[in-house]
Amino acid sequence: MKISEEMVQGITSEKAKWMYQKMCEIRMFEDRVHELFGQGLLPGFIHLYAGEEAVAVGVCAHLDDKDSITSTHRGHGHCIAKGCELDGMMAELYGKATGLCNGKGGSMHIADVEKGMLGANGIVGGGFPLATGAGLTAKLKKTGAVAVCFFGDGAGNHGTFHEGINLAAIWNLPVVFVAENNGYAEATPFEYASSCTNIADRAEAYNIPGEVVDGKDVTAVFDAAQRAVERARKGEGPSLIECKTYRNYGHFEGDAQKYKTSEDKKSHVEELDALKTFRDYLIRQELVTEVDLDEMERSVKEAVEKSVKFAEESPLPTAADLTKDVYVSYETPERGEQ
Amino acid sequence: MTRMITFSQAINEALQLAMRKDENVILMGEDVAGGAEVDHLQDEEAWGGVMGVTAGLVQEFGRDRILDTPISEAGYIGAAVTTAATGMRPVAELMFNDFIGSCLDEVMNQGAKLRYMFGGKAKVPLTIRTMHGAGFRAAAQHSQSLYGMFTAIPGIKVVVPSTPYDAKGLLLAAIEDDDPVVFFEDKTLYNVKGEVPEGYYTIPLGQGEIKRPGSDLTIVGIGKQVQTALTAAEQLVKKGIEAEVVDPRSLSPLDESIILDSIMKTNRLIIVDEANPRCSIATDISAMAADKGFDYLDAPIKMITAPHCPVPFSPALEDIYLPTPDKILKVVSEMIEDDSIVKL
Repeated sequence: MKISEEMVQGITSEKAKWMYQKMCEIRMFEDRVHELFGQGLLPGFIHLYAGEEAVAVGVCAHLDDKDSITSTHRGHGHCIAKGCELDGMMAELYGKATGLCNGKGGSMHIADVEKGMLGANGIVGGGFPLATGAGLTAKLKKTGAVAVCFFGDGAGNHGTFHEGINLAAIWNLPVVFVAENNGYAEATPFEYASSCTNIADRAEAYNIPGEVVDGKDVTAVFDAAQRAVERARKGEGPSLIECKTYRNYGHFEGDAQKYKTSEDKKSHVEELDALKTFRDYLIRQELVTEVDLDEMERSVKEAVEKSVKFAEESPLPTAADLTKDVYVSYETPERGEQ
Repeated sequence: MTRMITFSQAINEALQLAMRKDENVILMGEDVAGGAEVDHLQDEEAWGGVMGVTAGLVQEFGRDRILDTPISEAGYIGAAVTTAATGMRPVAELMFNDFIGSCLDEVMNQGAKLRYMFGGKAKVPLTIRTMHGAGFRAAAQHSQSLYGMFTAIPGIKVVVPSTPYDAKGLLLAAIEDDDPVVFFEDKTLYNVKGEVPEGYYTIPLGQGEIKRPGSDLTIVGIGKQVQTALTAAEQLVKKGIEAEVVDPRSLSPLDESIILDSIMKTNRLIIVDEANPRCSIATDISAMAADKGFDYLDAPIKMITAPHCPVPFSPALEDIYLPTPDKILKVVSEMIEDDSIVKL
């Protein structure tokens, strides 16, 4: 088979490899976290991103370290797509001192500011104003950076959706709002909770472009994100992209998911799977060879296992860390100094 | 000759100096310039905030640095958090502290906690200026003093100045500070004049000041209530009582030692705070003094606060809602068992 160096739909062979690699990292990381949580090895709440890989990867394919993203409680996928290291991520989930946030944040607040990952967020709808703020800095400092706000269909009904997008629109900020509509806010169907057919339809109210894409198809997400990111970089303002997707696991680990239909589960997990579809596409378009894809999968599996080992062998934070980093400084005079 | 300017002018001057010193300092808020994109409006005609505190700044710094926001507190206060975390040094105005109900998440869950949640890998050099205080006949939703609520949140610093001099130096320190600071401005102090030097100076956050030395009892006042305490202290002199008036100036961090050192000398403590009495800065200081200064005290700690009710509109009611010098005299007389003090 001849591998084309030509771009297919704007995706180079090199970019395609990166995209498949990141999608694999997310899937294998999340599947492993699912197992580890089931074994009682991970404390706290865990919300898994498996099934939605195409969204984070298709969007982050257009970003670099100077660009920022805000994430959600379901943030592992965004972290990986934005370039966070698996070792530090896994250690964070274990609450270890070597974690990305020194064990202070955990799954729900996992962040890496140097990579432009401004944090998973425990507050649904928390990201809209935060992405707008990062966009404001980019505009004022003329950095050329873009901020992306990933949010779920549940967050679309939060008041901050309106405040954040309206502000970004009137100030013409370089922000891309990306809805990950996985059909359910916790256990509540999107159709019940939202008085609109598509979240993207609301873009019209802010005079910004709104687009609905198949969020299981990474090439479709890549394509829509390219337009939105370019528009933002050119100073033409924000966009709203809605990716229709599906989460393979529950809202959180431990969710029996009885609100989902078995037909939907079967079709999304088996037939429409984003990794399988993209893998087939890459082979069909001769962008990556099957041998390379197999090798990538093997090395990602190894990297995930390495991250588990790293996390398990890492030290826990100590009592001295408890009150560290609340403030940059917090000083008062000693007794008798006045 | 010393220069006398108002509390409002002192704040305006601090903002001007901070913006001249650091190009990353921007102002954001509802009508902080005023009349955005109104073609016929000249910059010198712009409001500069509902109380005119930021008037004139737009003429010097332009609308790229004085950003009028929509009435979207969650939107722009939240945006200010990450604007700060990504390299700017914003001063966001939350017009009345009562409006925190519209953006508490952005302050409490985002701004205050980013640094800790991220393991110290982010800083949020954000200042939120906000008006507080009763006595303006502004009723229940525009008159509260909510600094106690913010003091309870780790990750935020809280400043409540009582004089124009302190307001300028503390605001400059707040803007220089790398942590989020909520800066409270009592709206009834805006027209009060005081001595304020020209030029740039800062007052360290977390450092209180003895506003009046005395040996017989300690009165800790918060914000404008420092002035109430000083008025009462002057009247107590007629009875031969010397009250020491302590102004903590910042509530988080709190200068505990200035209070403890004072009660070690006076053995008596009264706290004057116009906020509601439960879970407040008055109860907080009271608990701290009982915990760490019990052996110094010769009398129970007394708190003079507003009652446990919202701020009323009617002047007849609002006047009795607030602490007054007379209320302080009454408590002092009970404390030292002298009825003649209340007749002063």
